[in-house]
Amino acid sequence: MVTLSTKSDQKILLELKGVKKYFPIKGGILKRVQGHVKAVEDVSLQLFEGESLGVVGESGCGKSTLGRAILGLEELTEGKIHFRNEEIQDLKRKEKLKFVKEMQMIFQDPYASLNPRQRIGHALEEVFTMHTNMSAKEKRSSVIDLLNEVGLKEEHFERYPHEFSGGQRQRIGIARAIALNPSFVICDEAVSALDVSVQAQVLKLLKTLQEKYQLSYLFISHDLGVIRYFCDRVLVMYLGNTVELGTVKGVFANPLHPYTQALLSAIPRPSVQKNTNRIRLQGDLPNPADPPSGCPFHTRCPIAQDICKINKPDWQEIEPGHFAACHYVGTKI
Amino acid sequence: MTNAILTTDIRTSGIKKKEKVYITTLKRLLKNKLAIAGIIIILVQITMAIFAPIIATHDPVKQNLIASELPVFSEGHWLGTDNYGRDVWSRIVYGARISLLVGVTAVSLGLIGGITLGLLGGYYKKLDGIIMRVVDLLFSFPGILLAMLIIAVLGTNLVNVAIAISIWSIPTCARIVRGSVLSIKEKEYIMAIKSLGASDFRIMMRHILPNAFAPIIVFGTMRMATAILSTASLSFLGLGAQPPTPEWGAMIAQGQAYMWTSPHLTIVPGIAIMLIVFAFNVVGDGLRDALDPNMDIQ
Repeated sequence: MVTLSTKSDQKILLELKGVKKYFPIKGGILKRVQGHVKAVEDVSLQLFEGESLGVVGESGCGKSTLGRAILGLEELTEGKIHFRNEEIQDLKRKEKLKFVKEMQMIFQDPYASLNPRQRIGHALEEVFTMHTNMSAKEKRSSVIDLLNEVGLKEEHFERYPHEFSGGQRQRIGIARAIALNPSFVICDEAVSALDVSVQAQVLKLLKTLQEKYQLSYLFISHDLGVIRYFCDRVLVMYLGNTVELGTVKGVFANPLHPYTQALLSAIPRPSVQKNTNRIRLQGDLPNPADPPSGCPFHTRCPIAQDICKINKPDWQEIEPGHFAACHYVGTKI
Repeated sequence: MTNAILTTDIRTSGIKKKEKVYITTLKRLLKNKLAIAGIIIILVQITMAIFAPIIATHDPVKQNLIASELPVFSEGHWLGTDNYGRDVWSRIVYGARISLLVGVTAVSLGLIGGITLGLLGGYYKKLDGIIMRVVDLLFSFPGILLAMLIIAVLGTNLVNVAIAISIWSIPTCARIVRGSVLSIKEKEYIMAIKSLGASDFRIMMRHILPNAFAPIIVFGTMRMATAILSTASLSFLGLGAQPPTPEWGAMIAQGQAYMWTSPHLTIVPGIAIMLIVFAFNVVGDGLRDALDPNMDIQ
């Protein structure tokens, strides 16, 4: 496999090969499988050590499912996941524990991702209980270190989640994710539920932690502004398919896929004049249980031709490290 | 040194917080006047059960045929005596001990069985079908009939009554727990703890069960009422406590032959049963309201 990136000097941490995740739709009296929701369709990508890869797309395009599939929270329908060159998709829970230490996740909703009946200090201690043989005293001091690390105080140890604000809860979620010194963290819409001012603080914290611990992030978001600020590379998904992948600089300056162009044109820009060059996509996201033939985007694509309805475009490297899947790649709309 | 001071500081503030959660529940419960009445009745019964030898004026099984069938407010026997001249008040006091003991045993056993089945059924999809069909099977028996069947197999005594009643409580409890587990296991914090590599056992015991506690507490309280009533019913039918044990249901059964000459022999234990069943029911109702999911512990 050729290392296809501008950062070819870096080591590959995580590699996905043809990852598919279908959810069966059961129906009828006998509960037979009648079809599949194709949440993730044939995703292949590489993630390098120390980088932040943003994943962007509309709701329902499979970005969260992709994140969960990497962590093994969803069983793959097909495909392989390599972490530090080891296959991890079929491991049993016990064998997986050493990878669990390396891969962690920060969840979307800070109000829902903490057990409401557990003091946050105990929630953090639990991580050490599961993975280390620390004594109670060591655990406590490690937790207090963690709390300080994410900008919380020692006195927060005995509090319940409902006593915290959204931003503070997300800090707790971050503390829990970095507790075991992972090398890879998936941020699943980690800042989407927060106020803009709090978002900035949390993003700053994530950046600081990345520099300190050499973390790699898979940063799932629908906010292009955040991705632009936070990530090194960006992956654009549409209906479970990858449509474009490249450096943030490259993609934002020169979007190759019409869907990316439309997404980028939708970023609000402060301007006195009316923003006239916004691309409006017609129609709704197609049903992922019954995706369109050919290119999944052809139903809404302003430049779609007949070939788009028949053939699915190949995933090709257009510029070094810049991939896209379109028959008319680079055509400006 | 400073560290030690800080630590104790956190500890005390933590305890305060912990109390806060329970105090909110208690405060809500105490706003409910019926629940207060229920709590008082239950406390009275517990006191009677614990201090029975002190509170009782006579030996509950000692016969005195000269002073038999004394009416209420007789001298030395304020609730009268029965056909063997045993003091009714003392028998009621000792009876409180029995019904409470059998009730608590039956409900705890039922909860243990029900929670185990409910957790397993709700958590593991594969087990769900089998467990719920077994539960359905148990449901299809009328409660008292099932209890009678179990007692017929095991023999007539109070321990077997407790076992019979507990088995009868299992299906309802399993259903309630399973329902809660099904909704809780889809919560994001369960996904989060799974992503940290927690075992199924840890997830069930430390994360699902504590969050399913409110309906279990309500069920347990309500079930106490049913258990006490069933114990009395079974003893009334002669399947539970055997004479001369001072059990309330058995007392009614004994007294019914003297219904016309000494009505207090049936009425007094009847009132005792009614009061305690009423008490557990209203407290259960009050708890259900007080533990409302919208409460500020989320």
